[in-house]
Amino acid sequence: MCLAIPGKVIQIDESDPTLRMAKVQFAGVIKEISLALTPEVTEGMYVLVHAGMAINAVDEEEAERILEEFKNADMDMEIPPEESSS
Amino acid sequence: MFIDNFYTKELRMDEKEKQPITWSCPVEQLDKSKIVLAHGGGGTLMHQLIKNVFENAFKNPLLQQHHDSAFIDVQGVKLAFTTDSFVVKPIFFPGGDIGKLAVCGTVNDLAMAGACPLYMSAGFILEEGLQIGILQKIVQTMKREADHAGVYIVTGDTKVINNSSGDGLYINTSGIGIVKQDPPPCPSQIQPGDCILINGDIGRHGLAVLNAREEIHFDPELESDCMSLVPAVLSLLNLGIPVHCLRDCTRGGLSSALNELAEESGLSFYIREEDIPIRDDVRGACEILGLNPLYVANEGRFIAFVPKQYVSEVLQIWQDLYPDLTPKQIGVVSENKGTPVILQNTIGIELALPMLSGEQLPRIC
Amino acid sequence: MKYMDEYRNPQLAKNLIREIKQFAHQTWNIMEICGGQTHAILRFGIDRALTPEVQLIHGPGCPVCVTPIQKIDLAIQLALETDIILCSFGDMLRVPGSKTSLLSARGRGANVQTVYSPLDSVKIAQQNLNKQVVFFAVGFETTAPVNAMAIKKAKELGLTNFSLLCAQVLVPPAMEVLLSDPYCQIQGFLAAGHVCTVMGYHEYEPIAEKYKIPIVVTGFEPVDLLLGIKECICMLEKGKYGVQNAYTRSVQREGNVTAQQLIKEIFEVCDQDWRGLGCIPHSGLRLKSDYADYDVEKKFHLTPEKNEEKQTVCIAGEILQGKKKPTDCPAFATLCTPENPIGAPMVSNEGACSAYYQYEKR
Repeated sequence: MCLAIPGKVIQIDESDPTLRMAKVQFAGVIKEISLALTPEVTEGMYVLVHAGMAINAVDEEEAERILEEFKNADMDMEIPPEESSS
Repeated sequence: MFIDNFYTKELRMDEKEKQPITWSCPVEQLDKSKIVLAHGGGGTLMHQLIKNVFENAFKNPLLQQHHDSAFIDVQGVKLAFTTDSFVVKPIFFPGGDIGKLAVCGTVNDLAMAGACPLYMSAGFILEEGLQIGILQKIVQTMKREADHAGVYIVTGDTKVINNSSGDGLYINTSGIGIVKQDPPPCPSQIQPGDCILINGDIGRHGLAVLNAREEIHFDPELESDCMSLVPAVLSLLNLGIPVHCLRDCTRGGLSSALNELAEESGLSFYIREEDIPIRDDVRGACEILGLNPLYVANEGRFIAFVPKQYVSEVLQIWQDLYPDLTPKQIGVVSENKGTPVILQNTIGIELALPMLSGEQLPRIC
Repeated sequence: MKYMDEYRNPQLAKNLIREIKQFAHQTWNIMEICGGQTHAILRFGIDRALTPEVQLIHGPGCPVCVTPIQKIDLAIQLALETDIILCSFGDMLRVPGSKTSLLSARGRGANVQTVYSPLDSVKIAQQNLNKQVVFFAVGFETTAPVNAMAIKKAKELGLTNFSLLCAQVLVPPAMEVLLSDPYCQIQGFLAAGHVCTVMGYHEYEPIAEKYKIPIVVTGFEPVDLLLGIKECICMLEKGKYGVQNAYTRSVQREGNVTAQQLIKEIFEVCDQDWRGLGCIPHSGLRLKSDYADYDVEKKFHLTPEKNEEKQTVCIAGEILQGKKKPTDCPAFATLCTPENPIGAPMVSNEGACSAYYQYEKR
């Protein structure tokens, strides 16, 4: 019961302080998501989204570190190109 | 740093008695004597119903052709004859409406038989209370699409029923056309080594309807891919390209089309998932909703089985016809018979691609 | 998609599969307890790729196994017999109650609306002030803060026509039930990464200690799953136990404190019925008494009917504990198929029996 996917916070709307809605991009679509559970998140950050809410910020440094570890362990891989924002 | 212990550590009584836990999950069997919604979903339940009820009763060699249309010889002229019914909610959705679906769906069925569509019928079942203005709008769409496809709607019927849970109207059609290839494209013509091509990216129609019905509010709004496939098919047949089989990827998506043909032809197909074109917006929407695009309905996409030497030519013809689409080869017909459809997935593992038994629903699990 | 596509890298996946097969010197039984992980394992074929070194046992993590049948029956009853708008996640629509399903009820005219988020059901309540709107609040801890926010927002808006039908469950008590069975075959656990994103993983440490079992917090993409399985195998091969985190880009030991505080504000722990298993103490969440007006059962004095468990040929329990395979069941693929399921693991697309039927039978 835990489908959650990463998306990029494009624009935050502070008009509702309870829900703290934001436009979040997932590949080619944008969906409005509540950032109420992640008050530290700002525009440009990546969040993990479940059922309409961000449940955590993605630790990008940690993500890059793990991928770097794979590279250094001689794991043959090609890193996909950076995703560009709309 | 974290709030106090949320869970308690009490154990179940059984732990003290050291008895094995019996765990059964009795699910009441659904009543097999009644129709359920999944019977219309394009998956295994629907196929079972067709086989066990309709084919069993109506058995004849023409019906056993198992193709989108029946092939009929009339005084030396080979005709294709098809029927379809259209039940969609909502009846208007981004990229089309039930009228567009009705005409395109019918001419597409004929095109899948390698036929040039000529004439159609249109039967309307209208719910009491439907606005006539809405009906007029739908009918105008049908006229526009019929003109575009070069067909005439020459006969029809009208019935009115009590207001129910539908969205106002249902349409039934039939269509007839002249077959342009001998032998016509059909499952029995598929051969090992044939290449499997698709005319464009998948998943748009099902998502557009779901988005409209459930008001999910994706930005940009997803649009249906509903369109006539007649030009894409006739452009190949008119050049004499031998097309072994065609199938549109409607209910149940690409997976249903592949599985149906594998079963009907008795052959095995090998598909590479990374070659299946999927647009970014469809990808994002599917990931959010937990849907697999291979099972999402399309109304303007079909697969073609052609010999290897014609692949580049076919893809070029389609690309010229529809510059915005991405026609691709997605697989081959295997030399070996075995698992009906094998998918090499995006991490390189090969496994069977099953047909779903019902319709895909958005999930949080 | 960034932070997703990298974890579907085929070369990485291949390398991890090779390493797992090299590290394992015997067959190990590892369970994942989240339906989302089961789904990913089946979709990407990870279980097939790791056989025979790793036997992945699909635990009770799908909506069918998790949601008590009485609650489903009550949801269906509310939808069919009243003019409320019943909002639900799509997952629940096909789950059969004792007689029918929400999908069938919708087909018969019940006002059942699928929503992507519980917050959408609050919007529906705002737009339909003359109707009662009930959201079927199911899920693990991952969904609990979202369900809690729906209540918080509804209260803020002063909505009196919105309520929850609560059927929320907690993972650790279910893990303890499985592990406390003396015949349990499970040797390692993959902890649900998104449950841990919310709750952290400190609560799994005493479980790992007590049962001397490795528990690895694992994500959902193929590389995440393989990484989690690899860490679990490494621990098993070395005879180690404890909790490891293989999903560090999303999970911290303390979890999301803001989310936990919200859950605690709105919900309290309670005993919960699990379908077919009976009551597991302290394994569910219910609305606190301050929010009784938002609990449909309290609001309308409803008592779900207790249905007696019937004896069937189904061996779901033994399958879920790894003692038997679906193919050991006499009803498998004969009496029991996805179209005519007898047990929960055949109903859900993520269930062990459904997976075997679709992928192994062919």
